[in-house]
Amino acid sequence: MKAVCWQGKTDVRVETVPDPQILRPHDAIVRITSTAICGSDLHLYDGVIPTMEHGDILGHEFMGEIVDTGKEVRDRKVGDRVVVPFSIGCGKCWYCQNELWSLCDNSNPNAGMVEALYGFSGAGIYGYSHLYGGYAGGQAQFARIPWADVNSLAIPDGLTDEQVLFLSDILPTGWQAAERGEIQKGDVVAVWGCGPVGQFSIQSAILQGASRVIAIDRFPIRLRLAAESGADVVNYEETKDLVEVLKELTGGRGPDVCIDAVGMEAHGHSLDYYYDRVMTATKIEMDRANVLRQVIQACGKGGRVSVIGVYAGFIDKFPFGAIFGKGLTLRAGQCDVQKWMPALLDRVRNGEIDTTSLITHRLTLDDAPHGYDIFKNKEDECVKVVMNVS
Amino acid sequence: MTSISIEHVPGEEREQADERSRTGGGNGGRQGNGGRHINVGETERWLSLAGGAALALYALKRRSPAALALAAGGAALIGRGATGHSPVYQRLGVDTADPNAVRRNVLAAVLPSRKLESERAYTILRPRHELYAFWRNLENLPQFMEHLESVTVTGDGRSHWVTRAPIGKPLSWDAEITEEVEDRVIAWRSLPGSAVENSGQVHFSDAPDGRGTMVRARIIYSAPGGKTAEEIARFFGKSASQQLRDDLRRFKQVMEAGETPTTEGQPHGQRKEANR
Repeated sequence: MKAVCWQGKTDVRVETVPDPQILRPHDAIVRITSTAICGSDLHLYDGVIPTMEHGDILGHEFMGEIVDTGKEVRDRKVGDRVVVPFSIGCGKCWYCQNELWSLCDNSNPNAGMVEALYGFSGAGIYGYSHLYGGYAGGQAQFARIPWADVNSLAIPDGLTDEQVLFLSDILPTGWQAAERGEIQKGDVVAVWGCGPVGQFSIQSAILQGASRVIAIDRFPIRLRLAAESGADVVNYEETKDLVEVLKELTGGRGPDVCIDAVGMEAHGHSLDYYYDRVMTATKIEMDRANVLRQVIQACGKGGRVSVIGVYAGFIDKFPFGAIFGKGLTLRAGQCDVQKWMPALLDRVRNGEIDTTSLITHRLTLDDAPHGYDIFKNKEDECVKVVMNVS
Repeated sequence: MTSISIEHVPGEEREQADERSRTGGGNGGRQGNGGRHINVGETERWLSLAGGAALALYALKRRSPAALALAAGGAALIGRGATGHSPVYQRLGVDTADPNAVRRNVLAAVLPSRKLESERAYTILRPRHELYAFWRNLENLPQFMEHLESVTVTGDGRSHWVTRAPIGKPLSWDAEITEEVEDRVIAWRSLPGSAVENSGQVHFSDAPDGRGTMVRARIIYSAPGGKTAEEIARFFGKSASQQLRDDLRRFKQVMEAGETPTTEGQPHGQRKEANR
């Protein structure tokens, strides 16, 4: 089959590789029909996530048709059309049973590595480094789905791939970001970052009852999409002091809920890696860390800070005093996709959520290297790349 | 910002207590300032000092808030260079000051008259009885104990254990059950004169409020030394406490999820010789 393979920094290639096989009794094989490039894939593309290996197959936003099932698969059968959540749950551990799917105890074969870093390991993720399990990803013609009964959502007839594809990651991710803000009646929600996840956070915050959403970015097309969803927009490059602007816009109160949909990318687990980062890219990293500091600084008293952008390492000069002094609540974490999928499918079907207008580029799998390039460099007003696989 | 701050990392003592193996005193005398263990190699320490100083100087010239944090990063690096202690290394069990440390740990485990004892606990969301019954059928152990090829129950509470040997001949020994309390405790030990003297205990108790069963296992190895000791060192590959942790995790995976997760045998593109 064809697959998009990581071959080092800013080097992805479409290679011919063997088709995936059933490796465990709960596995299924999916023939992929649509797959997308996620903002978080760009961190792999930039080479800042450790434990990637040359030849790793990328991609964690995909859907398709089941073509083979292991002998323990009960609820899915060959021919089912499914969307696959990006993180893998076993369905049986305490975390999965309590809908904390992204924290699954059993799905990461390299859990020991993560335990060394964080104390405990969360779920495995498709195509997202060996730290997250080293699972082959879904920017390919086929993919293997472990514990397929719980790691796939059956899609009813009458919905297009483009309508439902984003149930795999960015729609539930944006939804959970807003949900963890525990939005109350009258709340003002500020969203940092109007990439695809930020866009869905905005739509979700409005559906969850925000009186007003303020969207922050610097790219005109992203701000325009946010405005179309009903947000007031701020181009932070045109402001002197964003915290003051937000205070002004909220009548001096500050936003009640602040969503960080930007993130700061992964830090390594070897000290050589830390050393390199400090020596070569400190300034860039500093700018990124500033986003979370700014979010905390801007948040109003008693407010909720919801972090959905990816953080992986240590943060220096973390303003904990501001969190304490203002009595903030801080929530963070990967999305528990499986928890939200069925309800969000209904909302998509009812037309409450628009999933297609942020797709700016429709490509084929062979175009993947070009897709990564324009998405990374925000060329050609790129917001979201979807690849049709046939 | 990738910063290396010099702080006490909790959990260090726990890690050391977890694996009560004696390391032959090889780390004695390598204590850094304030009693912190030196775990950064000489060359790296000089590089840290130089790099830290460069960062700090650069930052002082720029006087922006960003530069301030940069200076802090520089200071941390200087500290690391000066004390030779890295909390990050410590947490990850890396010791670039002593490349032989890992090997010594393994060997220490099997040197004559030395014992290696490790203990781990996992909480598993299955009924206590089910977990006990699975473990009590010792022939199931190779399903989650990586270094075992087979266990054959020979009757009278006795069993024959064979290791999986990546290199060389597999080791084998006979063992007997020394204690069993239905749904609570299983204990076993190798018969006297075995190539690898070992014993183990596993306790099952209810986790609070329907959260499953706490499984606490303890394994003790000792070996009479010589060639066999080297062989054991070889099949361990990792520390005994890591081995026990991984075995217990697999037990949990098998019991909860019906299988262990794997990526072995999945496709990939062109690999490069020197993967990072």
